[in-house]
Formats: sequence, C-alpha cells, structure tokens
Amino acid sequence: MDSHATTFGVPSRKMAMWVFIASECMFFGSLIATYLSYEGKSLVGPTPEEILNIPLTSVSTFVLLMSSLAMVLALDAVQTGDRRLARLWLGAVIVLGGLFLGGQVYEFNHFYHEGLTLQQNLFGATFFVLTGFHGAHVTVGVIWMVTLLVMSLRGRLGPERSLDVEVAGLYWHFVDVVWIVIFTVVYLIQ
Amino acid sequence: MAEHAAPESSKGHASKSTYWLIAVILGIITMLEVAVFYVPLLHSVIVPILLVLSAAKFALVAMFFMHLKFDKPVLTTLFAGGIIVATVIILSMMLLFGTIGPGAHM
Repeated sequence: MDSHATTFGVPSRKMAMWVFIASECMFFGSLIATYLSYEGKSLVGPTPEEILNIPLTSVSTFVLLMSSLAMVLALDAVQTGDRRLARLWLGAVIVLGGLFLGGQVYEFNHFYHEGLTLQQNLFGATFFVLTGFHGAHVTVGVIWMVTLLVMSLRGRLGPERSLDVEVAGLYWHFVDVVWIVIFTVVYLIQ
Repeated sequence: MAEHAAPESSKGHASKSTYWLIAVILGIITMLEVAVFYVPLLHSVIVPILLVLSAAKFALVAMFFMHLKFDKPVLTTLFAGGIIVATVIILSMMLLFGTIGPGAHM
C-alpha cells in the first residue's frame, strides 16, 4: 500500500502511528498515575512486597527487550530484501512476545491463587488494570507480527513493503518502553 | 495536511552491530536494576538510581530501535509531547492523592 508524505516529509501512516503512540503515552500515564496514587493505601493484603516475583519479572523484561532487538533486525532484513532473515526475526519476535505473555498468564494465575484479585484491594485493582492493558497491547502486537510473518511466507513482504514492518515495529518498541517504566515503577520501586 | 509523493520507509538508521550493542547495554542495565533492588545498602537511594537507569533504557530504545535519533525531529517532538503530558498527569495525581508533596503518607 502506498503511503503519501505529510508536509513534514514523513509517510502519513508512520506519522499516524506516532500520533497514536503520543496518545498512548497519555493513556498509560493515566494508568501509572492511578497505580502510584493508590500505592500503599490498601487496607488488606496481599501487598506488593508479599507477592511480586522479581526474578520471574526480570526474565520477562529481558525477553521483551530482546524481542525489540529481533524486531529491529526483522525491519533491517525486510529493507535489504533478505526474506529468510526477515522470517527468522519476525518468528523470533512472535516467540519472545508469546513467552512474555506466558509469564504474565502464569503470574496472574499465581496471584489469583494467592488471593489477589481485581476486587481484593486497591493494589490488586490498579495492578491488574495496568499490567492487563499492557498485556493486551502485547497480544495485539503478537497478532500483528503473525500477519506480517504470513505475508512474508506468501512472498508479499519485500523491500517495497518495509513501511508496513516499520510501523508495526514502532508499535512493538512502544509496548517495550511502556514495560520498561512499569517494571521500574511497579516491581522495583515498592 | 498537504500530500506529496510517496516516500519509502526511513533507511537512515543504525547498523546491525549497533543494534546488538544496544541490546547488550539494555541487558546490562536491567541486571544493574535488579542488583540495586537486592542491595540493602542502596535502599535509601534506590528511587533516583532506578529512575535514571529506567530513563536510560527508555532513551536507548526510543533513539535507536525506534530510530528517533535518525528520523525527522518532528517525531521526537510528538513523542516528547506525549511523555510530558503523561508525566504531568502522574505528578498531579500523586500530589492530589498525597503520595508526594507536603503531608505525603506512603
């Protein structure tokens, strides 16, 4: 699909993605603000200190960071017309994104069995809403990557379609930077 | 907004070796963050240390993986605008709820 340039000389689809990302900053900013505003105000447990699993989340964070590396290498491969490498790196993004989501499902399930639910206390409500929305964004990103991989397998993701991968990559990296903030604010600064 | 000829996606970006180097740095910073969390001696200064390390990771991903370092400045302005508004929202809410500022009770 052709993408016209805006008056700034940026492809319109890329500009649209950046505008979307700017709006998403405010969306996640509001969720993080709510989490921090209610932090330490739960009347009953479990509290973050009692329940958060730092080693598991550290591995998840590393996995998501490496998925960003795979994404940028996939874009590079598409731009240079290396279809085999493009498929390899897109596949890696999907696998790493899936691993991150698996870790989150495990964590949510564990918390539920430890008595932390959306209704249990302020920590549960704000934690699940914040990390749940982030997980939903990762899920959308993984589905997006699967569609790109299918396009590549059908031979429809050549260098002329590199903007498709670049725009998807911007979304993926944004999801990554949001997690960088969540990991610090929610997990490490308790 | 006026429309011009269709451009290709941005090709001005870092080399593959730079991407790998950035990934290694990101991994090292993450390890440092976790290490800081587990060192009791640093607990009095843990917040500023973690915020600086987190900001460094954020900046590296935005500059190199999102290509802001090599792309049009208008995109950096757009992203920075969103981050500034988000930061103001966070600080305002924390101030309103007494998490920071006079009479803070965490």
